[in-house]
Amino acid sequence: MYDQREELCRIAQEVAARAVAAGADEVEVVAQAGAELSVEVRLGQPELIHEAGARGLGLRLFEGRRTAVTYTSDFREEALRDFIATSVALCRLSEPDELNQLPARHELAREPLPELELWDERAFTVDAAGALERAQAAEAAALSWSPKITNSDGASYSRVYRSSAFVSADRSGICFCGTSRGTYQSLVVKPLCDDADGKKRNGSYWTADRFLDRLLSPEEVGRRAAERTVRKLGAEKIATAEMPVVFDPDAGRALLGLLFSVVSGGAIYRQASYLCGREGSQVASPLVSVVDDPLILRGPGSRAFDGDGLPSRRNVVVEAGVLRCYLLDTYSARKLGRASNGCASRSVGGLPHPSPSNFILQPGPTDPARIVGEVERGLYVTELMGYGFNPVTGDFSRGAAGFLIERGELTRPVSEVTVSANFDDLLQRIDAVGNDLDRRSSMMVPTLRVARMTVAGR
Amino acid sequence: MSISLAPFAPGGPAAMDATLAQRLLGHALCRGGDHADLYFEYRTSASYVFEEGRVKTVGGGVSLGLGVRVLHGSATGYAYCEELTEEAMIAAARTAAQIARSGASPPPERIEPRALPSFYPLQTPSVAAPPEAKLDLLRRADAAARAFDRRIIKVECSFAEEIREILIVSSEGYMSCDVQPLIRFGVHVIAEEGGRRQGGSGGGGGRYGMEYFDAHPPEEHGREAARVATAMLHAWEAPAGEMEVVLAPGDSGILLHEAVGHGLEADFNRKRTSNYTDRIGQQVASPLCTVVDDGTIGHSRGSINVDDEGHPGQVNVLIEAGVLRGYMQDWLSARHFKTAPSGNGRRQSFRHNPLPRMTNTYLRPGPHDPEEIVRSVRRGVYARRFSGGQVNISNGDFVFSLTESYLIEDGRLTAPLKGVNLIGNGPQVLTRVTMLGNDFQLSDGIWTCGKDGQSVPVGVGTPTVKIAAITVGGTKA
Repeated sequence: MYDQREELCRIAQEVAARAVAAGADEVEVVAQAGAELSVEVRLGQPELIHEAGARGLGLRLFEGRRTAVTYTSDFREEALRDFIATSVALCRLSEPDELNQLPARHELAREPLPELELWDERAFTVDAAGALERAQAAEAAALSWSPKITNSDGASYSRVYRSSAFVSADRSGICFCGTSRGTYQSLVVKPLCDDADGKKRNGSYWTADRFLDRLLSPEEVGRRAAERTVRKLGAEKIATAEMPVVFDPDAGRALLGLLFSVVSGGAIYRQASYLCGREGSQVASPLVSVVDDPLILRGPGSRAFDGDGLPSRRNVVVEAGVLRCYLLDTYSARKLGRASNGCASRSVGGLPHPSPSNFILQPGPTDPARIVGEVERGLYVTELMGYGFNPVTGDFSRGAAGFLIERGELTRPVSEVTVSANFDDLLQRIDAVGNDLDRRSSMMVPTLRVARMTVAGR
Repeated sequence: MSISLAPFAPGGPAAMDATLAQRLLGHALCRGGDHADLYFEYRTSASYVFEEGRVKTVGGGVSLGLGVRVLHGSATGYAYCEELTEEAMIAAARTAAQIARSGASPPPERIEPRALPSFYPLQTPSVAAPPEAKLDLLRRADAAARAFDRRIIKVECSFAEEIREILIVSSEGYMSCDVQPLIRFGVHVIAEEGGRRQGGSGGGGGRYGMEYFDAHPPEEHGREAARVATAMLHAWEAPAGEMEVVLAPGDSGILLHEAVGHGLEADFNRKRTSNYTDRIGQQVASPLCTVVDDGTIGHSRGSINVDDEGHPGQVNVLIEAGVLRGYMQDWLSARHFKTAPSGNGRRQSFRHNPLPRMTNTYLRPGPHDPEEIVRSVRRGVYARRFSGGQVNISNGDFVFSLTESYLIEDGRLTAPLKGVNLIGNGPQVLTRVTMLGNDFQLSDGIWTCGKDGQSVPVGVGTPTVKIAAITVGGTKA
């Protein structure tokens, strides 16, 4: 009952055929349908039950090398007719660009597509009542873990599922038709405690997976959230200095996201990345290897084909510190005069653009305790805040919170400081990579240590 | 504005009337609950992107739906549908109803239309203007950016527009509707010289039609982006540590938005998770500071004739001469605090439940001459443009990121500085405002605020502000 792939495929094929009949040379249609359930509890009481199904249809069409991208959620016959006519008219407003065409047929993915196990029937055994119970159990575990936990910003459980169909067609008929479906659920707990100076301290922990049975238990999530909150009591600024900085995986994930933004084909052809022209050169410490791997079974970011309809493939982006490739979709690849490496993603309403699948900074040999243990005086960062990154120059400066490291131990909590360095230097200065890869999200990263950054505080 | 395309508008194919609304509210309250509302939304949008000297792509879309909310104590049941058939709407109402567990509550006996103000009257919305006129704006901005300086090597310009028609029916017995136009124009450029590259951006907009460009020609935005990129090409390493900072008028209002705005949204105070909980009546800022959230500024990006719960946009003084006066309320929190909603219940779309949100948040001007403020600083940073900010509501720590800033030495702006982050603590920073300019400016329609996964357009504003000490996150320790 939840699997809508066949119906979406039929609608997408029909819209594609009608758009071609209306004058388009080539078209791509993405049709999606799915539903979300999310619940929140706070101090044991339900705060929110949010439940609904949603669908959407996106159309990219080409006519005389012009292009337009449009979307609608209205699937009624007369609405679709108007939608297609408007889309063709919009297309005529853009200006011709030789690169505006579908990928060549031989580049497109072919049946059988890899089965990546992204759908869990068991996900649906949790209804609104079951979701509330899980959130309540997790929050209760946090509240009872320590008397220092005095309040709660709540606990929430959410589940989404989605089916989608992707169809490309030209005047000779359907070029590619692929479908996919996936489930995903998550549980997060956010306890609070009161600090001596009247400040409040908040922390959180979360679990998420495509498969219900692979979530951590609510009790475990609650306990870890409480632990992470209480340890922040008494946080304060430290004096400005240069020092080694260790990033736990929650903070390191943000660094990996920035790395993606500067190897993305869109930034490269726009010359908006400091890594333009750096392929084949050392862009990070030899300890750093990064892959984008869409083919991991049950992976949060896995996909069988990309947003241009090309087959998914594993790309080694950084190998022992050397930049091996940029991540390209078809358009940016053509701009750069090369072939796509299958990294496009496509939302219903937008142009395809390079986007990470499972983007992984490969774990190293070192135990995270040792990474901290080797530091005489440094900062252990658990949270980053803000948007201080300039991809064109690599200048990086962000708000941070975490712990002071003294003689290899986390001694006291720190907040209201910034960590800064040029991102090029930051990556080159990574001198330890943990063996603790965090696989909860599609950005996977272990504990990292940067030999030297500027920490600004008092 | 006279045009209405929404199917739920009078005369439309799914026209909503009081009888049908009553019936739907009856379903929403079929298991009890203290309040229910219906939120109909029809949004048409379009975007135009100009890159490398040509119109790269045009896009557009339509979204239509109904969100149904049922409140039972402090608990919210929410559901939505994307088809306005009676069957789909009833199903959504009954799904939202599951939050309540008591006997049925009666729907309102009468539903009256509510009279609303008009803060953004338009003759013609931009979506009704010919597309060629918009493409011409993009070409003009592109040409102006390129002509500004030979070092400009890349230019990307964009124009986005939407019309959002909403209709809200509340179980309190009223019905409110609004048509909300919004445009945003943006230019991004890259400058290059001797192997160094730098980006810059400019832009603006608001709840305007095409007449916006009479006062803000596209060339202005193109030149501004080019000015920033070239000015920052040879930026110096920024200093690190606590020092004096002067904020330029206008967009610096982000500091307020982050430092105090979010903490004064009533949901955080109802849950007692904000640093400002229980502090009404207390001195929370320097006596120079009067902070206002104002949904009524003509054509501003954050203005609303009506919020997304059906209450008129209004002016709310949050902090008066440093003393905390009140929070921004939505319906749910207003009931908790036994006060009136303040016109701050906003949502991203019919798929989202309303939350207390800011509209246009600003700091009123003070007594000082802006030049005198800069002259008073021996060594510090002058912050002119920003890419955004973030706050931790609970402890009040906030950051905001500078994309154009200068070193101040002996009362004069000297070197341009590399992109740098400022970090401070909200309640603390506002007590350190020591000078306030008489040169108030409102931001030119570019900011979007995110909270709980929902984005809404907002405005910010400030005069020139001097902060006695805040941590500057440079690399030069």
